[in-house]
Amino acid sequence: MGIISAIGNDVAENYNALIDGRKGISRISLINTMHRDSIMVGEIKTTNEEFIDQLSLPANNNYSRTTMLAVIAAKQAISDAKITDIQKYKTGVVSATSVGGMDMTEKYYYEHLEIEDHRKYIDSHPAGDSSQKIAEQLGIDQSLVTTISTACSSAANAIMLGARLIKTGKLDRVVVGGSDCLSKFTINGFKTLMILSDTYSTPFDENRKGLNLGEAAAYLVLESDRVVEAEGKKVLAYVKGYGNANDAYHQTASSEDGDGAKLAMDKALKVANLLPKEIDYINAHGTATGNNDLSEGRAIIRVFGKDVPAFSSTKAFTGHTLAAAGAIEAVFSVLALQNNVVYPNLNYKTQMKEFDIVPQTVLKKMNINTVMSNSFGFGGNCSTLIFSKHP
Amino acid sequence: MKKVYIQGVGSVSSQKTFNNDEFLNEICVYNDNVISVIDPVYKDYIPPAAARRMAKGIKMSTVASKLALLDAGLENVDAIITGTGMGCLVDSEKFVSALIDNKEEYLTPTSFIQSTHNTVGGQIALGLECKGYNFTYVHGSSSFEASLIDAKMQLEENEAETILVGGVDELGEHTVKIHKLIHHIKPTAVSSENLLASKTEGAVFSEGANFFVLANENNSGSYAELVDVDIFNTMSVHNLSNAIFEFLKKNDLRLEDIDVLGLGNNGDIAFDGYYDALSNGIFANTQQIYYKHLCGEFNTASSFGTWLASKILKEQRIPKEVVKNNFKATKLETILLYNQYRGENHSFTLLRKC
Repeated sequence: MGIISAIGNDVAENYNALIDGRKGISRISLINTMHRDSIMVGEIKTTNEEFIDQLSLPANNNYSRTTMLAVIAAKQAISDAKITDIQKYKTGVVSATSVGGMDMTEKYYYEHLEIEDHRKYIDSHPAGDSSQKIAEQLGIDQSLVTTISTACSSAANAIMLGARLIKTGKLDRVVVGGSDCLSKFTINGFKTLMILSDTYSTPFDENRKGLNLGEAAAYLVLESDRVVEAEGKKVLAYVKGYGNANDAYHQTASSEDGDGAKLAMDKALKVANLLPKEIDYINAHGTATGNNDLSEGRAIIRVFGKDVPAFSSTKAFTGHTLAAAGAIEAVFSVLALQNNVVYPNLNYKTQMKEFDIVPQTVLKKMNINTVMSNSFGFGGNCSTLIFSKHP
Repeated sequence: MKKVYIQGVGSVSSQKTFNNDEFLNEICVYNDNVISVIDPVYKDYIPPAAARRMAKGIKMSTVASKLALLDAGLENVDAIITGTGMGCLVDSEKFVSALIDNKEEYLTPTSFIQSTHNTVGGQIALGLECKGYNFTYVHGSSSFEASLIDAKMQLEENEAETILVGGVDELGEHTVKIHKLIHHIKPTAVSSENLLASKTEGAVFSEGANFFVLANENNSGSYAELVDVDIFNTMSVHNLSNAIFEFLKKNDLRLEDIDVLGLGNNGDIAFDGYYDALSNGIFANTQQIYYKHLCGEFNTASSFGTWLASKILKEQRIPKEVVKNNFKATKLETILLYNQYRGENHSFTLLRKC
């Protein structure tokens, strides 16, 4: 696993921040936006120039920030998986992004028409470019490399596809995850939807005011049984279940009772061959928008009935990292399994009036065998993953 | 493992392809370096009030998907999978330019919402009230083929019985301008009849939506069996023939078993060498067809190639305008499609007559 987010530059730093209850939400400093004083974000404080140095990229590189974050996290994942010969097994990349190279496009949009200086970024605008560069940096060629963009559920879907590519034998090994940087495009987009909080986000709180945007990248290496056996690898966790459904209710809003979310959770449980009571912890989507938390909460109650397991949203730590969120939270879910902890749902004060379920508000040590992770997005996209300690 | 069949097609392209009773009866010849689609009568498919708000990519896809469903005799499907290189990029352009022009003030959400890559898949699901699996692939020229791979896995495993799969991309004014500046678009107008003889860099940019109903049962209406699809992030010209041999071997086929080779040539002298390596090499004695002079180049133009191959296999004839070489196939049973764009994201798609 590899990760870079507002709460840390690697897996250990992220885990420590989660355990210490240390959020990465601040005022924005690296983007010159007029909304800087009216929003809080999960910003990674490293500049692009510092990333270029860190990655030893040539001066004429055309990496977007999304791609730099992606490559940093993907390289960590390869190293964590102790892969020294990437060519040894049929290895692919399934990456998720929604912003792609928009950070550079919005900087040089009109300039491109007049002067040549930054036209190299025209080629790095499309979403697929970041995945091509991840593959190149990892030495993966002539292989299956693709990109998924289903808004805020993208990375969960990348993990789901990766699991299926291994299950059907199309690949032996696949690097899955997602990356999105902050951009004026998304800041202003969410601003027009009036779902950005002007302070720290408060998932599942009655008085929640909206989300904090964040930037991050996380990647996981999925390997087949064959590779695990042949290499005598230690397995961090199993992708036990996955479910994808469409809410088919509204282009941006979730249905009141969370039909799509319920379907996704039901499907994932079915694929995992688990009963709801066998889920120990739900890492919720929990964006802290009025709409999501109500819809998701109701869907959780519909699936779990009176026995809702411990649940929390970690977005108050990292911000909502859009297409990357599913991968960030997959890493957090695996860490929860490994360390037997439920992370606190930060900033929660007031019980929501529509139901009586309460998120876990303080760090809780308990035996965890299975974690469910939810990711929902615009376009009605609902995805659920289940990670397990056991095959 | 179940087999996968193409049960319905729907195409909105730079040719008159939206009538499924016809098959390129009348070819539109262009002399330009950017061409757009021939618009169907959108109001026959979409209520005018809704159509006014819709991005062109959504409109084209709505029509193409309705045609494909009608063709397959279905009202709904188990899943929807969309491939798009750039999404609804006119809305992306609108939102970026508005935010720059108005210094981040007075913005409205419509174009932001429609700029999200999965907006087409989401809108089709909304229209059909389809709560099934819904994915969007956004990976350059293999976006559509990734969608086919995904659909094929589910149908083979019987996780779904019918899936709507499509490729869509739209033209945007700013995108065209900047791609002219970096020579990805041909410097001058080219006649579609002489595209491959243009000897210039760049392609003729275009747009379109081609949708298909895939199913794991066939019937008398089937177009073809989708036998196999592979995508490759990179490929050297040198390795291409070997990769084809491996792909054929995996499918228990020999070179001679390929009746027709469908090529994605776009007339770009910098990158058509990939296609030439096959045309003049291992497939020199195979009938070859091409299609980008008819539909233009866009990230999901290869979905038009799949449409063409499907029609050929069902109707058992090759329109003379797509014939690329003098070699004539003795039977039309197995078609291999090969596509790449600017040397990246290569795909092999293998179709067989049912």
